[in-house]
Amino acid sequence: MITILTDLFWTFLSVVRDVLPIAAVLLLFQLVILRKPIPHPQKVAVGMFYVLLGLALFLSGLELALFPLGREMAAQLTDPSFLGIEPGGVVQWLDYYWVYIFAFAIGFATTIAEPSLIAVALKAQEASGGAVKANGLRIAVAFGVAISLAVGTFRIVTGTPLYQYMIVGYVIVVIQTLMAPRMIIPLAYDSGGVTTSTVTVPLVAALGLGLASTVPGRSPLLDGFGLIALASLFPMITVMGYAQISNWLSRRKADQDSQGENHEV
Amino acid sequence: MTDTLGKLFGYLGGTARDLAPILLIVGFFQLVVLQQPIDNIGQFALGFLFVLLGLTVFIRGLDMALFPLGEALANALALRGSLPLLVLFAFSLGFGTTVAEPALIAVGAEAATVMSEAGVIGQSEAELSFMATALRYTVAASVGASLVLGVFRILMGWPIQWLIIGGYICVVVLTPIAPREIVGIAYDSGGVTTSTITVPLVTALGVGLASVIKGRNPMIDGFGLIAFASLMPIIFVLLFGLVVAT
Repeated sequence: MITILTDLFWTFLSVVRDVLPIAAVLLLFQLVILRKPIPHPQKVAVGMFYVLLGLALFLSGLELALFPLGREMAAQLTDPSFLGIEPGGVVQWLDYYWVYIFAFAIGFATTIAEPSLIAVALKAQEASGGAVKANGLRIAVAFGVAISLAVGTFRIVTGTPLYQYMIVGYVIVVIQTLMAPRMIIPLAYDSGGVTTSTVTVPLVAALGLGLASTVPGRSPLLDGFGLIALASLFPMITVMGYAQISNWLSRRKADQDSQGENHEV
Repeated sequence: MTDTLGKLFGYLGGTARDLAPILLIVGFFQLVVLQQPIDNIGQFALGFLFVLLGLTVFIRGLDMALFPLGEALANALALRGSLPLLVLFAFSLGFGTTVAEPALIAVGAEAATVMSEAGVIGQSEAELSFMATALRYTVAASVGASLVLGVFRILMGWPIQWLIIGGYICVVVLTPIAPREIVGIAYDSGGVTTSTITVPLVTALGVGLASVIKGRNPMIDGFGLIAFASLMPIIFVLLFGLVVAT
């Protein structure tokens, strides 16, 4: 118990250290250069303390509960003896199906809990006047991360080069950009960057390195990377897809409504 | 008092719903697929409680501090109407928040090791630490530059897609000519630059600027800063690899 509390304390200190440069920049501009007082200073101070305490608790909790278990599960799922692969035998990509399912499921679940995504989703709901739903956006992004991790683990197993996947993904993004509703595009691009922070990266890194070191013929250095790169690409596709689908549904509904009205007349 | 408690339970309930999928998936894989009990169930439960409380408190803090701070600064900077000041602010925010980022320090050290093993740079301690530091400053400067570009785009109202697609083309062109060892690190470096505290601040700044400036739309012009901050480091690190290799 005491070690847990000291860990929590050290995590809190390291969060404070991370925030110091940000706070310095903000205060310098707000107070010295712009010479504007901070509005509601007391509320902001309490809120800042909440942010620091919340992050420290969150990170310590992940370190206590999720990361050790996640790393162990990644190691066990990629273990050839669990997968029923004989030493020296030929590896079929399908032998690893539990790995793909796990990567998909854990990618989805951790993205739903990602704090930066929650922040962007709340802001998007506010800025769009409720046209973009915070939860809808989070689910769309989570599907993107889930698909990218399943594809990324498949890529590590088969040993195909990363850039081929990236280029295909970029081409899809470009085509969708031309067709998707204009107001979703910047948000879709942003959601690529927010998915990969606190929760997802450590788990994903464990999965990628575990897989690259157990699949015969893969090197952790060359093949273990790249899951994060894919996880920043696919959410753009699913977020634009989400906007395209909801746009299409509302247009179809509007068409049906207007037809109904015509019948009444 | 009961009102505050009721609210707190409401917030906790919302967070619990967000975390439920993780619990379900971990439980299913551990008990059904791997068929093993969870070791140290007490520690797991305590950690999960920390995660639940932490996320709830963090989201409250977002609304009370990070969002209002970002918006207040956006307002004050827009009212002042000084472009050099806005550019300076954007660069300091990007550079300052990235240069001390622990994930980036780790990536820098790792990149130096990989490049020295590949023989791109020498083996000595001094060369390794110089390389790690140089990479760290490169990425931090690239995040600073990307926020400057992003803020400039909001002012001018340029459509984001041409800039981002242009960036992709740079990545695609640079990938085959950059040293092979740095490519994976470059791609992943885009993901490590946006921390949990920077993202809400930068988003509030962009949306705030776009709401204050006449003729800009918060959705179309306000978002996109994070996208630049995730793309630019890839280009800078690939260029860095090219410069180091030659």
